[in-house]
Amino acid sequence: METVQITIDNKVLSVEKGQTILKAARKAGIYIPTLCYYELNGVGFENRPGGCRVCVVEVEGRKNLAPACATEVMEGMVVHTHSLRVVNARRTVVELILSDHPADCLICPKNGKCELQALAQKLGIRDIPYQGAKSTYRKDLSPAIIRDVDKCVMCRRCESVCNVWQTVGALSAINRGFDAVVAPAFEQDLVESPCTMCGQCVQACPVGALSEVDQTRQVITAINDTKKTVIVQTAPAVRVALGEEFGMEPGSIVTGQMVAALRRIGFDYVFDTDFAADLTIMEEGTELLGRISKFMNGDKNVKLPILTSCCPGWVNFFETNYPDMLDVPSTAKSPQQMFGAVAKNYFANKLGIKREDMVVVSIMPCVAKKFECQRDEFKEEGNPDVDYALTTRELAELMKIFNIKLNNLPEEDFDNPLGESTGAAVIFGSTGGVIEAATRTAYELFTGKSLPKVDFTELRGLDGIRSAEVDFDGTPIKIGIAHGLANARKLLDSVKRGEENFHAIEIMACPGGCIGGAGQPFHHGDFEIIKRRHEAIYREDEGKPIRKSHENPYIKKLYSEWLGEPCGEISHHLLHTHYFDKSKQIEIEG
Amino acid sequence: MAKIKLSESKINKIKEICASFGNKPGEAINVLHKVQGEFGYLPAEVQEVIAKQINVSVAQIYGIVTFYSFFTMTPKGDHPISVCMGTACYVRGAEKVLDEFKRELKIGIGETTPDGKFSLNCLRCVGACGLAPVVLIGEKVYGRLTPDGVKDIIKEYN
Repeated sequence: METVQITIDNKVLSVEKGQTILKAARKAGIYIPTLCYYELNGVGFENRPGGCRVCVVEVEGRKNLAPACATEVMEGMVVHTHSLRVVNARRTVVELILSDHPADCLICPKNGKCELQALAQKLGIRDIPYQGAKSTYRKDLSPAIIRDVDKCVMCRRCESVCNVWQTVGALSAINRGFDAVVAPAFEQDLVESPCTMCGQCVQACPVGALSEVDQTRQVITAINDTKKTVIVQTAPAVRVALGEEFGMEPGSIVTGQMVAALRRIGFDYVFDTDFAADLTIMEEGTELLGRISKFMNGDKNVKLPILTSCCPGWVNFFETNYPDMLDVPSTAKSPQQMFGAVAKNYFANKLGIKREDMVVVSIMPCVAKKFECQRDEFKEEGNPDVDYALTTRELAELMKIFNIKLNNLPEEDFDNPLGESTGAAVIFGSTGGVIEAATRTAYELFTGKSLPKVDFTELRGLDGIRSAEVDFDGTPIKIGIAHGLANARKLLDSVKRGEENFHAIEIMACPGGCIGGAGQPFHHGDFEIIKRRHEAIYREDEGKPIRKSHENPYIKKLYSEWLGEPCGEISHHLLHTHYFDKSKQIEIEG
Repeated sequence: MAKIKLSESKINKIKEICASFGNKPGEAINVLHKVQGEFGYLPAEVQEVIAKQINVSVAQIYGIVTFYSFFTMTPKGDHPISVCMGTACYVRGAEKVLDEFKRELKIGIGETTPDGKFSLNCLRCVGACGLAPVVLIGEKVYGRLTPDGVKDIIKEYN
């Protein structure tokens, strides 16, 4: 590593050549405030338009202040991060941003988590000396994401994640000067744009310009309706992140306390999406084995590689971008929707109640799940299998409304029968987890032998695109994994061009998988937090007495009592789905 | 599946222009410039085709179109009117002249009359400050205009 010597705030540092002042300062523990800068260093994503000028510093011998995020270090550079000139300039910059920002912090969805609010507080701003017109724009309400761009500060983080990290291309900065704003093409609503509802723009937005649709009120109303039986399911990634909302260290596992909290909120049954994840493995694993056996028997029409279909952002993405491949992904519904189908058919029947009298709430690390549960194919005569999908953040809000403090709660167990799950289900929350869970089951079903080792470490990790070969007792099975939709696109395109061959590919839209989902506590670009959650997921798996989906006793019971066999008649109707062409095609007129 | 309809000749022309710039994302501005030169304006359908050809999101193409005042999404009239709002013209009453054009034609800045005859725009300095205030109609220059003269000029084109 080539180094240069620089001085920041009288501290002499030997730093890596070619990096920015900001990075060098951060590494040395020197704080420089930022606003438009956003990075996910674990997956190599960076947004640094150098536009907000909050990170300006004074460099001796340079006439103008320099943006630390976009200025490279040079030998002998002397930097002052908090000189009078810097502090005054920084304050002016933030005052100017605030002069065109609604001052409705008290009722803003970002209240308390807003980076602009934190910045104003940190810089000690008590007055906005610049008064004038404020830009206004209509609100865009989609089923999952709300755009309230009066609050937009033009940091362009959302544009960057949408176009670069996700290659979705729904958002762009439009217009100029005072009228500049981030919006879909032709100022369409998000639902008309290629938006996948992955919500990474919401996770990236420093202010309240992008937020998820809040459904906590509807849930409270349902709970207080004595005619309704209200059931809750919790996704695997929620339990390793919820604690952060209550001041716990990232990576804290709070499964038991979360169950206790949900019971105190008043849900009639506290169940686990993990149960449905085990069910997904039974269905998807069987489907995978079916396709592989057909392929091995010489069937040339079989669609391989099979693509996972758990991630609703990914489903929306391939429906829009790969309309020619709609028969390639697994037809298995996502765990959220499998759970809903089982609850409103099997469990409602068991309780002797009508599906209309049952309300299914899911707690998800995800924003796209709100969109997923509203899809028409997941409704029966207008009644959805899953009524409301709340994010991890919304659950924390709900708990605060009910004055429940996570830290003081005892650990409790999920209810049965839809609460029992295996370690295979827990790892659904992390990139590589679904395919590892499927491999554990598929291996045993395929070979008829017991797995020598449950952990498939070759499938784990946080690299954007990974591949591995798993030995199915003499038969090599090739597996691909991608997280982030740009990586998914890269992997899929290489398969389409025939450069790579796989039997199965797992894709998750968000960085790190669901643990880095848009519904999780805001990480503000600190990838360490995602890494801690990632480790916690595998710790939770290790601690489980049963770690293979097909060994879950309640799953076995579900098949013997009701479903018959995986991919059988009832499964086909209730646990599998189909996909739609949502692409835009250019057609010759006339 | 949503469909974007456009005539075959237009689609081919756009593809040709994109190809002449190597279908490169970095050539977006040049492509837009040339396509507007060809069609007079850049309607949504045209932007969709360009986006697809050069592999840039249509949102970002729209971002470029709305950023640069040169690009327009509304077709220009047969006789595009440009009122100079440069300093010299402005202080000699260009705004009043502009207002008169708006009133007579019943259109705003950047708009075209329903019959497609006239469109109205502003520009900054045509370099004929001695003739201020100046108005361009097509290539023709009108100098020392007063609001009273606007009606007669329009008549020339009717």
